[in-house]
Amino acid sequence: MSNVRLIARLDVKGKNLIKGIHLEGLRIIGSPGEHAQRYYEQGIDELIYMDCVASLYGRNSLGDLVEQTARNVFVPMTVGGGVRSVDDVRELLRRGADKVAVNTAAARRPELISEIANAFGSQCMVLSIEAKRKPGGWEVFTDNGREFTGRDVIEWAQEAASLGAGEILLTSVDQEGTRKGYDLDLVKAVSASVGIPVIASGGMGSSQHAVDAIHSGADAIAMADLLHYKRSSIAQVREDVSAAGIRVRVYE
Amino acid sequence: MSEVVTVVDYGRGNLFSVQRALEHCGAEVRLVSDPEELSGVDKLLLPGVGAFRDAMQALAARGMDCAIRDYAASGKPLFGICLGMQLLLDSSDEFGQSKGLGLIPGRVQAIPNQDGTGASLKVPHIGWSELCLGAERESWAGSLLEGLVPGRSAMYFVHSYMVVPDAAQHRVADCRYGDIAISAVIQRDNIWGAQFHPEKSGEAGLSILRRFVAL
Repeated sequence: MSNVRLIARLDVKGKNLIKGIHLEGLRIIGSPGEHAQRYYEQGIDELIYMDCVASLYGRNSLGDLVEQTARNVFVPMTVGGGVRSVDDVRELLRRGADKVAVNTAAARRPELISEIANAFGSQCMVLSIEAKRKPGGWEVFTDNGREFTGRDVIEWAQEAASLGAGEILLTSVDQEGTRKGYDLDLVKAVSASVGIPVIASGGMGSSQHAVDAIHSGADAIAMADLLHYKRSSIAQVREDVSAAGIRVRVYE
Repeated sequence: MSEVVTVVDYGRGNLFSVQRALEHCGAEVRLVSDPEELSGVDKLLLPGVGAFRDAMQALAARGMDCAIRDYAASGKPLFGICLGMQLLLDSSDEFGQSKGLGLIPGRVQAIPNQDGTGASLKVPHIGWSELCLGAERESWAGSLLEGLVPGRSAMYFVHSYMVVPDAAQHRVADCRYGDIAISAVIQRDNIWGAQFHPEKSGEAGLSILRRFVAL
């Protein structure tokens, strides 16, 4: 088992870092680049940039931000939102991203997962899943939880893994922005059904929530609200998670 | 005057991050893709992401495989990162046998999906792992890892294959994955390799690049 990774997730709309509830009702937090830089200096293990409105406009507009961030931030960076083709991926990698997160375009055309994995390696290809509870399971949504794809989350996760996805960014739309904790049943169900790492996302309100998600099988923890509103710190989460007996990187 | 580090550009892997990190460490970066450009080079870095055979073919197509061997024979520092480290070995099992640069004796093998105790291992190995001393090492003094703390300093790894050097003395640092010791940093004389990405391993990783720049 590797160290569990602590990841800052930065949702971006236009030039602003934003935060919503259930991926909606977005509030402006500030400059995404400045926050990324600060999280790096505070010892974050990885960063995720998500372009929230990209699917709406059909393209990812984070290239400049990614390039700017990569100048002074030396931890892995995943970039998602509006990634539709191998060329889109190439462009983001060229500008300093290490991985891309794909949701809408993969749901429409699953072969895209294989195309990206074949061109750049599975480690580059993160499948982003927006999951909403349904009786007896979860459904896959796209476009910030607005569009239902007709897919079942567990089946989709397995299919994506077999197509070459290297990681799953698993966002619970129900929990997102609520600070009430991750959807632990969802984390359990997905991490038990695939052999690739799962990043739990949506709902982290305290360090205990992170501990719970890791005990449910998460390999990595995405944090947003908790860090953006400074309700805790990366160092505090690291200390608490470590005190619970979970292996994390020692940041020095 | 800043130190110049020459980076091999053979169309495989993202050079932007490596270049940025080296510049951050005070180096001036030159990209080369042609054997002639290697004359007069004092410090060479071989990056790489992707598949072993494909990368070797890409080097060979440019005549860079021989040029890198000649450079290595000159005794000047060479540093391979990730796939660039794996290419330093004799051969790889990835997609059947492929020949490497043969600069450090040993092979490249797949990371097993189970360790010796039967515990399952996720492959690729992704994430931060602590470096520990190679079996025959007593410290990292005088190496690129000087200043780092065995068992504590962690680096960012992303890989499905690992190098297995023939000689334990070439293993500067390992990392543990399950009960497997993965070779993390190797060295033979002037030739260095790191399996992880120092350019993505925060300040600890940058310290390694800084030492390389200062060699």
